[in-house]
Amino acid sequence: MSKTSVHTTSLHTNGNGTGTTETKRLEVLKTYKIYIGGQFPRTESGRYYIPVNNEGKKLANVCLSSRKDFRNAVVAARAAFGGWSGRAAFNRSQILYRMAEMLEGRRMQFIDELMQQDASRAAAEKEVDLAVDRLIYYAGWCDKYQQLFSSVNPVASSHFNFSVPEPTGVVSIIAPQQDSLLGLISVISPVIAGGNTCVVLASESKPLCAVTFAEVLNSSDLPGGVVNILTGKPSELASWFVDHMDVNATIYCEKDTDIQRMMREKSALNLKRVFFYDQTDWTAAESQSPYFIFDTQEIKTTWHPVENIAGAGGGY
Amino acid sequence: MATAKSLLTVPDFALSPRIDQVGVEERAARFTTRSIKKESKLNGLKLVLNMIDLTTLEGKDTDGKVKQLCYKAIHPHDAVPGIPTVAAVCVYPSMVKVAKKALGDSGIRVASVATAFPSGQAPRDVKIRDTRYAVNEGADEIDMVISRGKFHAGEYNFVFDEIAAIKEASGEARLKVILETGELGSFDKVRRASEIAMYAGADFIKTSTGKIQPAATMPVTLVMLEAIRDFYYKTGRMVGMKPAGGISKSKLALHYLVMVKEVLGEDWLNNEWFRFGASSLANDVLMQIVKEHTGLYQSGNYFSVD
Repeated sequence: MSKTSVHTTSLHTNGNGTGTTETKRLEVLKTYKIYIGGQFPRTESGRYYIPVNNEGKKLANVCLSSRKDFRNAVVAARAAFGGWSGRAAFNRSQILYRMAEMLEGRRMQFIDELMQQDASRAAAEKEVDLAVDRLIYYAGWCDKYQQLFSSVNPVASSHFNFSVPEPTGVVSIIAPQQDSLLGLISVISPVIAGGNTCVVLASESKPLCAVTFAEVLNSSDLPGGVVNILTGKPSELASWFVDHMDVNATIYCEKDTDIQRMMREKSALNLKRVFFYDQTDWTAAESQSPYFIFDTQEIKTTWHPVENIAGAGGGY
Repeated sequence: MATAKSLLTVPDFALSPRIDQVGVEERAARFTTRSIKKESKLNGLKLVLNMIDLTTLEGKDTDGKVKQLCYKAIHPHDAVPGIPTVAAVCVYPSMVKVAKKALGDSGIRVASVATAFPSGQAPRDVKIRDTRYAVNEGADEIDMVISRGKFHAGEYNFVFDEIAAIKEASGEARLKVILETGELGSFDKVRRASEIAMYAGADFIKTSTGKIQPAATMPVTLVMLEAIRDFYYKTGRMVGMKPAGGISKSKLALHYLVMVKEVLGEDWLNNEWFRFGASSLANDVLMQIVKEHTGLYQSGNYFSVD
């Protein structure tokens, strides 16, 4: 009996630091799941795919999301819209800032993941730093773009007439394939800064950072459902992203002209807005702007009756 | 006596069968695993719509609200042809006349809650007058509540007599008896209340008022369906079932249909014997029907508010 315990003995002695044989610890690998409504479910389809880096290393088993995952994510985004758009702009700003804080705290993890996905150390560090700064940038804009895009309009009747931007609703986004972290954050941030909620399809070939970023979102006071992150194939999901009647705008970040034409056609079904951010270098200074927020805003104009418009002494 | 066999023997309700809670919950969960696709799903959705008692039971109800609901009942979604109407419109007694007029000869019935809904805390003569009023106004169906306080106090005869009295006051109108299962506390009591209601003359038994949580759940509905099945085997009389409150998604409604089919059989799969008490369910069903027709996921923005 005692002979059979030799194998385990070596493990114990190793644990005490007195063993002579090296026992390699089994690495605990992370399960990369999708992010819907503040939860981390697996895809309902049960499918997955294995992205590979340039060295041929398998990165992970990643969920191959289906149209039903997308449908569920839209339901979550729609449910979250009222609360998120109704928050004080200043509070949205605080939450975006908190996201930046959490991202900064996990800096090394993101650099590591980017390097696994073929980035050099210098490039990875630059990308994470820019991503944090971009969140801070849009955090600052949360309560300022309204002033920029609002107007008081001259009208030839007894009305006080003004226009203000309001969030359009649920935005579906197919994120850039390159710049898998910075690109993702650059398209999400202006959308949610403006009070919209969104469903994002992460980079197909480099999905790791998107899922880890979901963990950042989950620990940064962002209500569940405001950002929903799926992984999978744009070729499979693009048409669903644009023909869902409960989606108000779609953002597509690649140059595939067939997909762009299809999106233009299908968007006509419910007159959703479609934007192609396909020329953008996400590291450039021009890739952050309040006009990205403006893209997913609707302008509401109010005609407020007044007795005597000239009485105010203004030229309205 | 020779005729004794035809008389209904009322059992001792204190001896109603006990319910295995774990078993019921597991059994109910099984019904949610059936896969219903394409043609059968579309037919199922239409059947669900046709079984809905479109309901508004708010203190703030107005004539206008009820008229609008009745219009929705007749024209759920005219953009797609071949969509059935709902089964009935369910309102308070004071709104019965408005609903009756608005529904006209559409064939949609008017159901009225009565008997001091939703608490049922009123003297019997008030409840009877409430019921008669609704019937005289033109209600085709009466949804009564049982006296849960008396039931908990063990006064089963009181509850039985009250249901029988309301049944008599209802006359031609079909009587649905609301057990308010959320206030009964256990499946044993749900089973017992179901039997009291059925022996006292209920045409339908109904889970809830919609004012108390939890309202209708699949396990509690299963307990009631099994009570209906056993009652049918004993007496040969069919009793309808109406889960109400908390059923707002088509998928869940289809699960209920599966349950009815597998517990009671196809004879119950029509709006004579099965109803959903719901308001927001109708729009979700309509959205799924349009999804089946167009292949596009739908948005509530393009369906009438109810």
